[in-house]
Amino acid sequence: MGTLKRLLSSLLFFYPLVCLSQTITPGEIHSDIQVDAQYYRDDSAIGATSVPENILMNSYLNLLYSRGPFSGGLRYEAYLNSIQGYDTRYSGKSGIPYRFISFAKDELSVTAGNFYEQFGSGMILRSYEDKGLGLDNSFDGVRLQYRYNGLQIKTLAGKQRFFFSLGPGIVRGIDTEVSINEFIPILRDSSRIRLILGGSFVSKYQTGTEVVYLGYNLAVPRNVGAWSARGAASIGKLNLSGEYCYKINDPGDFNRYIYKPGTGLLLTANYSGKGFGIFFGAKRIDNMSYKSDRTALGTDLNINYLPALTKQHTYSLLAYYPYATQPNGEIGFQSEINYKFPKGTLLGGRYGTHITVNCPSFNGLDTARYPASDDTLNRLGYSSEFFGAGKLFFNDFNVEVNKKISSKLKLNFVYAYIIYNKDVVQNLSGYGTVYAHTGMIEGIYRLTSSHSLRLELEHLYTLQDDGSWAHFLAEWGAGEHFYIYAMDQYNYGNKKPEKRDHYFSCGITYIKSSTRISMAYGRQRQGYYCAGGVCRYIPASNGITLTVISSF
Amino acid sequence: MRTAFLPVIILSVITLSAFSQKRMLPLVNVKTTDGKTIKTEKFRNNGKLVFLCFWATWCGPCKKELNALSEVYDDWIKETGVKIIAVSIDDSRSSSKVPSIVSGNGWEFEIYLDENSDLKRAMNVNMPPHAFILNDKGEILWEHVGFKEGDEDQYLQAIKRFSSAGR
Repeated sequence: MGTLKRLLSSLLFFYPLVCLSQTITPGEIHSDIQVDAQYYRDDSAIGATSVPENILMNSYLNLLYSRGPFSGGLRYEAYLNSIQGYDTRYSGKSGIPYRFISFAKDELSVTAGNFYEQFGSGMILRSYEDKGLGLDNSFDGVRLQYRYNGLQIKTLAGKQRFFFSLGPGIVRGIDTEVSINEFIPILRDSSRIRLILGGSFVSKYQTGTEVVYLGYNLAVPRNVGAWSARGAASIGKLNLSGEYCYKINDPGDFNRYIYKPGTGLLLTANYSGKGFGIFFGAKRIDNMSYKSDRTALGTDLNINYLPALTKQHTYSLLAYYPYATQPNGEIGFQSEINYKFPKGTLLGGRYGTHITVNCPSFNGLDTARYPASDDTLNRLGYSSEFFGAGKLFFNDFNVEVNKKISSKLKLNFVYAYIIYNKDVVQNLSGYGTVYAHTGMIEGIYRLTSSHSLRLELEHLYTLQDDGSWAHFLAEWGAGEHFYIYAMDQYNYGNKKPEKRDHYFSCGITYIKSSTRISMAYGRQRQGYYCAGGVCRYIPASNGITLTVISSF
Repeated sequence: MRTAFLPVIILSVITLSAFSQKRMLPLVNVKTTDGKTIKTEKFRNNGKLVFLCFWATWCGPCKKELNALSEVYDDWIKETGVKIIAVSIDDSRSSSKVPSIVSGNGWEFEIYLDENSDLKRAMNVNMPPHAFILNDKGEILWEHVGFKEGDEDQYLQAIKRFSSAGR
């Protein structure tokens, strides 16, 4: 009944606006839906289990309305019950956790209700939604944005979504960004030089001035502030950007109630020319988890976003060991070169050859714990060298080559050597560090104008963890609207012979316009789905999956 | 409660079904690769069509789509005058790599960054690749999700159809 009330109140909320629009000029209404359903079977060999409901399903429906300067929207979500691997706090629930109304005219924009926002690179504030991760930390409150020439100001206040309720903390923030070009006459019309400066301040408020942690009574701040300063410069083909952020003492469950301030630094440089591009990025994070509830853990109620700065691999076994940002402390870099050997050269051939070399590496910080005998220092937790690096968390050296052989055949190759500290990245113990060599060959052959065949072979070699894997996939693009695929992953190198399982699956996808319907049958191995350095564990399963996505 | 609920639903459906106006490109801020903020009203092409596609550096089919479009782009311009605009939905993890990847692949499209997916949400895009054809008024004429080899031929047919119809 509560859900029904919320749905009714949301519809009543928009109905006058819709009716008003009919009396003047019609507005526009658009929608998108997504349904993910899975039927589960028992499969003891891979640890997959059936569920009492037989079928689990996540459903989403977005509705957006706009007319002139007004817009509004809502999203209905139903987890009946939530599919395996999603946080069980969604399970059995449905309702409208997202609704907003907005007014935008000239330089001013006002939003009331739910909204997503990002200040700078997001290191002190970012709210976003990712259905694949089951993550939505939207704000429910008010936001004002104002732009005038090269000046942009954003302010907001709100509470964050926490499944189908709100977190206890209130978040307030202001962000300013200035395009220097607009204020310096000689730069105003320059297309060669562009300078941008920005700064943000965010504060969270949560009731309570004292908590009991491990038997100690600890004083905690009700208001925790964080600021950041950033700049970006483009000089011809060179782009430079940097952001530094600082957070005052913020004791919470996520950092074991230490009083050390948090810091973050993100630097990137990019040089692009015709047919090539070079990128370098560096990042240092120290105690920068920032949540609107001091008792929250994991991905719950994050106010900020700490980008992983590693390559997100797209092929299955290459993505077997994905890196996740370590908000309590990490330091590292990523470099990447993209180059296209021109047509008609020895390595370019008739169509040109594209190569990418990518190398990210991340370590823990070089830290030292304060002596337990000094209670004041001990509450700060640890000291850390700014440029010092501790144990290795993750290293990836990968090379990708894309080559068109003829008008019908394209080939792609990837090799990656990944060093992966599984204990740290997946917050486990006893697994140690994994050293994995992975190779991939993909061939795409165009049979006719609307039929194509794609073959993908992958091999992951390692002596650690679950041992080596082989992967085979064949996909037939059958006409304008259908894909049909079959794939198998074989964990032939598992040290336990009884675990050397095949994970076979097959499926069909229908696509027309903005509608996509997919159905698959078979086994799915356990693993992590990751996006943006945030990961969700997916257990092994066996059964039928159905996905429907559409918009209109 | 249920008796009150049903009339609202029915009224809403009747009201909404009366809508006939064309779907427009929403006005949303995106960024250029050198950090400048612009509004999507700049997505125009001097009276000709715009082919708008959403992509990401971590999306395999997206990069295949952009490579395929890059190979035919010169011919498309000669035949139809269409402009391709590619909007990256990479967040700050990988958005700063976009200029390097675009140059390294030799993609000569207009590139914009939608770092927090504001435009993606406003256009009801679930997953990339997702492509649209827009006319010079910003009306959305056509859309398509996914990509496989050969789809670029379908795209060209649609562009020619709308070009010749004077849409």
